[in-house]
Amino acid sequence: MSKNKVTIMKVCFTAKGTTLDALMEERFGRAPYFIIIESGTGSFEAIQNPFADGGGGVGPKAAQVLIANNVNALVSGQVGGNAQEVLAAAGIAMYTYRTGKSVRDAFDQFTKKTLEQSA
Amino acid sequence: MKLAIASGKGGTGKSMVAANLAFTLAWTGPVTLVDCDVEEPNLHLFFPAIASTREVTMPVPVIDETACQHCGKCGEFCQYGALTVLPNRILLFPELCHSCGGCTLVCPNDAIHEEPKRIGTLSVSNPQPGLKLISGTLDTGSPHAVPVIREAKNQAAHDPCVILDTAPGTSCPVVEALDGCDACILVTESTPLGLHDLQLAMDVAARLGIPAGVVINRSDGKDEETLRFCIDHDLEVMMTIPFSREIAAIQNRGDLLCRARPEWQKDFCSLFFKCRALTGVER
Repeated sequence: MSKNKVTIMKVCFTAKGTTLDALMEERFGRAPYFIIIESGTGSFEAIQNPFADGGGGVGPKAAQVLIANNVNALVSGQVGGNAQEVLAAAGIAMYTYRTGKSVRDAFDQFTKKTLEQSA
Repeated sequence: MKLAIASGKGGTGKSMVAANLAFTLAWTGPVTLVDCDVEEPNLHLFFPAIASTREVTMPVPVIDETACQHCGKCGEFCQYGALTVLPNRILLFPELCHSCGGCTLVCPNDAIHEEPKRIGTLSVSNPQPGLKLISGTLDTGSPHAVPVIREAKNQAAHDPCVILDTAPGTSCPVVEALDGCDACILVTESTPLGLHDLQLAMDVAARLGIPAGVVINRSDGKDEETLRFCIDHDLEVMMTIPFSREIAAIQNRGDLLCRARPEWQKDFCSLFFKCRALTGVER
């Protein structure tokens, strides 16, 4: 491996399951799982979104989960206005992924920098 | 007597039934007609009159930035995501707030107080002798129909005979309007959608413990399926209004069936007596 200093970045992906082979979930606030991958090491953890079935205001609540986990960037299909405001205020970069394939594919595209930054 | 007019499906004729019922009953005693369809109130179209209007507000938090220590307690407490606390910033989304007041209680620094935020208006008019019309109107862009409906109902709280026209569907605004009513008329039409949504509305009324009866509107005479459904579910069909070009024309010019065709008044009187019989409540 490279001896150069690697910047570790925590990237969150909205997913339908708990593994890298899980399908990406298009919605942010109501995504069943958040899969957080460390871009430097490739290690990941899956967090169940406690607000997936919430009544309302789930966007800002879900954004707080990302803030609490020190996430630097989010890859999702669609992020609502309120959630965007919170994520932007917290300095979390947002990228759009709508191909509907696996978290692995989304991560791959993220590392290749082919994803469009939405905010 | 508080009588609600509901329907699962939109456009079945709730407002038509409510307006004609109120118009007819107002000749015999004081009646209050409450338009609880605050996202699309329309009863004032049948009863043009000069109304007195006031604002409806709900309390929302205001943060004193100098006192806030960004401890995050309010954000953790808020079930609606209206407050998000970052390490050095607090974000407020007033449109998500449900005015529970919890944030003001949990704040250890007294940094939160509440101020009224306008969400709609309430209009009261007396369009004909004996008739009071109360219309709630939700402001465009405001998501909080329920407090406006509550305010409209409060305005009629001490009136002897209240007819409430609800929103279509079965969601919170309908539940709020039905809550506390003595009886409920479910207006339906003899279509598959009408029947499907009648069942939903019937379930809501049953869960709220409100006795209900059915009015079939725009009947083409082929109501067998609806009639069978009503028999199976012990719902009385209290009135059937035929599908008629003439009735449609009366409605379309903003007139009332019972004003244009006074012979219909006895049918609406009879409808009211049947509703009263559902509950046993004296008017």
